[in-house]
Amino acid sequence: MADFPDHSGALAALVGQSSGPIELSPDPVNTAMIRHWVEAMGDTNPVYTDHDAAVAAGYPGIVAPATMLQAWIMRGLKHTLDLEAARAAGNAPKGDANSQMMALFDEEGRTSVVATNCDQEYFRPLVLGDRLLVKSSIESISDPKQTGLGHGRFATSLMEFFAVPNDAVTKDLTNEQLAERGALVGTMRFRILKFRPGTGAVAPKAKPPRPRPAITQDNAFYFEGTLAGELRIQRCTDCGALRHPPLPACGKCASLNWDYVVSEGRGELLSMVVNHFPQVPAFDYPLPIGLIALDEGTRIVANLAGEPGDWTIGDRVVAEIVRFDDELALPVFHHETKEA
Amino acid sequence: MTAKHTFAGKVAIAGIGATEFSKESGRSELRLAVEAVKAALDDAGIAPGEVQGTCTYGADTNPDIDIARSLGFDDLTFFSRIYYGGGAAAGTIQQAALAVSAGVADVVVCYRAFNERSGNRFGAGVQGRAPVANAEMAHFASYTPVGLVTPAQWVAMAAARYMHVSGATSEDFGRVAVADRKHAATNPKAWFYEQPITLEDHQNSRWIVEPLHLLDCCQETDGAQAIVVTSLERAKDLKNGAVVIEAAVQGAAKGQDMMTSYYRDNLDGLPEMGLVGRQLWETSGLTAHDIDMAVLYDHFTPYVLMQLEELGFCGKGEAKDFVKDGRIELGGALPINTHGGQLGEAYLHGMNGIAEGVRQIRGTSYNQVTGAEKVLVTAGTGVPTSGLILGKDH
Ligand SMILES: [Zn+2]
Repeated sequence: MADFPDHSGALAALVGQSSGPIELSPDPVNTAMIRHWVEAMGDTNPVYTDHDAAVAAGYPGIVAPATMLQAWIMRGLKHTLDLEAARAAGNAPKGDANSQMMALFDEEGRTSVVATNCDQEYFRPLVLGDRLLVKSSIESISDPKQTGLGHGRFATSLMEFFAVPNDAVTKDLTNEQLAERGALVGTMRFRILKFRPGTGAVAPKAKPPRPRPAITQDNAFYFEGTLAGELRIQRCTDCGALRHPPLPACGKCASLNWDYVVSEGRGELLSMVVNHFPQVPAFDYPLPIGLIALDEGTRIVANLAGEPGDWTIGDRVVAEIVRFDDELALPVFHHETKEA
Repeated sequence: MTAKHTFAGKVAIAGIGATEFSKESGRSELRLAVEAVKAALDDAGIAPGEVQGTCTYGADTNPDIDIARSLGFDDLTFFSRIYYGGGAAAGTIQQAALAVSAGVADVVVCYRAFNERSGNRFGAGVQGRAPVANAEMAHFASYTPVGLVTPAQWVAMAAARYMHVSGATSEDFGRVAVADRKHAATNPKAWFYEQPITLEDHQNSRWIVEPLHLLDCCQETDGAQAIVVTSLERAKDLKNGAVVIEAAVQGAAKGQDMMTSYYRDNLDGLPEMGLVGRQLWETSGLTAHDIDMAVLYDHFTPYVLMQLEELGFCGKGEAKDFVKDGRIELGGALPINTHGGQLGEAYLHGMNGIAEGVRQIRGTSYNQVTGAEKVLVTAGTGVPTSGLILGKDH
């Protein structure tokens, strides 16, 4: 993979900065845009279209649907096409924080984008004749994260919406001055993920389950034990000798009578292998497997946690019972730490 | 145990026969078995109708009665099978010798045939086997759910401990592969004819399962080998004469497991091969010094080192030094696997190694050990196993 620069410092400096000049809505809140919206949404609430109904509901008159908040500011296709044409000609806006952030993301190799979530807050209903102003800033930029889509950063922009009466808008006042006089009527937080294409997790293939053990009346107690979170060792109830793997009778005294003890799961790594080929789809490779001498005196073959290189014959180990699926749990051994 | 088995020195190998060794035979396992048995009988100069007994491996899929019908055998009075994979090899000869010496059958044919490369590959292990609830399958319950599923992996667990205890290195294992491939390179019947390897090749070959490289592991083969056993008295007068069975023994040691004998006190040896060795020496009256060459079962190189120790060719932990300086190569103190072994010639579950022992005694090996009179042959390691000493008929 290519080496990309890390712009964490420069990006942190952009947080809190305005991402562009304050914009004024082209039109005041009006019945035509509201009617188009509610028809498209299938919203039949009369407070959006009928003055009397709105008053009866306690409003001063017709109100705009709250979710239209951003719609009043949107500039339409021509604006977007103009911006793209300017960018193609090398005249893209460069000075604002948003453009700087996007350029830094590109340099970090994060050229792909996906919108992740959008949260809005509403402080008062918009009424006919309100003119909206929006002030945008960069609220936060995350540290790099490995996501399912790829290696990326989350960026949240904060848009603050102010409303002034339409007749307050004059050529004498700048948008900034208008916004200062306006009331904050809502906010919107818009979060995107900018990520390096091709660095996401490949859609994980459904891993088949581990090979099943053949369960007989002789060994069932062992696998029932691991499912119950216990590492069981068969014990002769006549001479007390422990044995593993399970057998129907005691190799010391030939007794057929047995029960089991629950192992502490601690012991020493006697031998180990690292499997490379062939590869069984249920496992990850290289696959370290150990032969462990349990402190109780029996031995067991089991998976070793972590990297193959972490392990040396003679290491002290401790078992963790891992449930792989509804039918199979097995001990997996870790290094025994001093405090454990 | 008696000091001498009553058949020892009184029964002989009279014929050997094999198919070509390939990666895709293009014909059925049964046909391979029939071809090999026919070739062995031809080599002995015995007509199919004179065969009275058969013995093969529990793992073989070719019914003796199908071979009998195919070649027109007469009545069979002895038919036997030995289990435990390649551990059966010399065991089939022991079965035949017992039957012949007991008067149960006058001529017994032992055989092993499979399409082990183009058909069911042993190297894949037991990963695909359904968990039938019987003791044979329950054995694997300790291994397959954790991913320890192939013969190489089962052997590697013992090999890693052996390295830890003895100080043997991967290069020491590699010297076995180099010797085998050197011998295969001059055996036109070997799969790896004219393809010797260096120790560097061995070290550079990819990991299969640490500590085993690819070149520590035998190949997979399609083919068949058959051996004809009859009384020494009869064999003397046959076409190719007699190769005397000086000893033929089996061994499953205390605490024996199938490929995973991890629960015995010591993990750095092959007690079953020690048991085989002690019986070979006791029943033949020979010692390791009498052996001119050995065919040591070599599905995986580490077990060759352990066999050298268990059979008394060197002391415990000394095999890593014994295999140096060409000592196990043709011209060395104890040439092994002059046919190329299973790494170099073919993986025939050890049956082809018995045939090489016969050729050495007859003086017809492609890599003949000058004046070879006593040859030791072993069968599969890590499993209940068997061994032979073959000798010249004087
Ligand atoms: Zn007991």
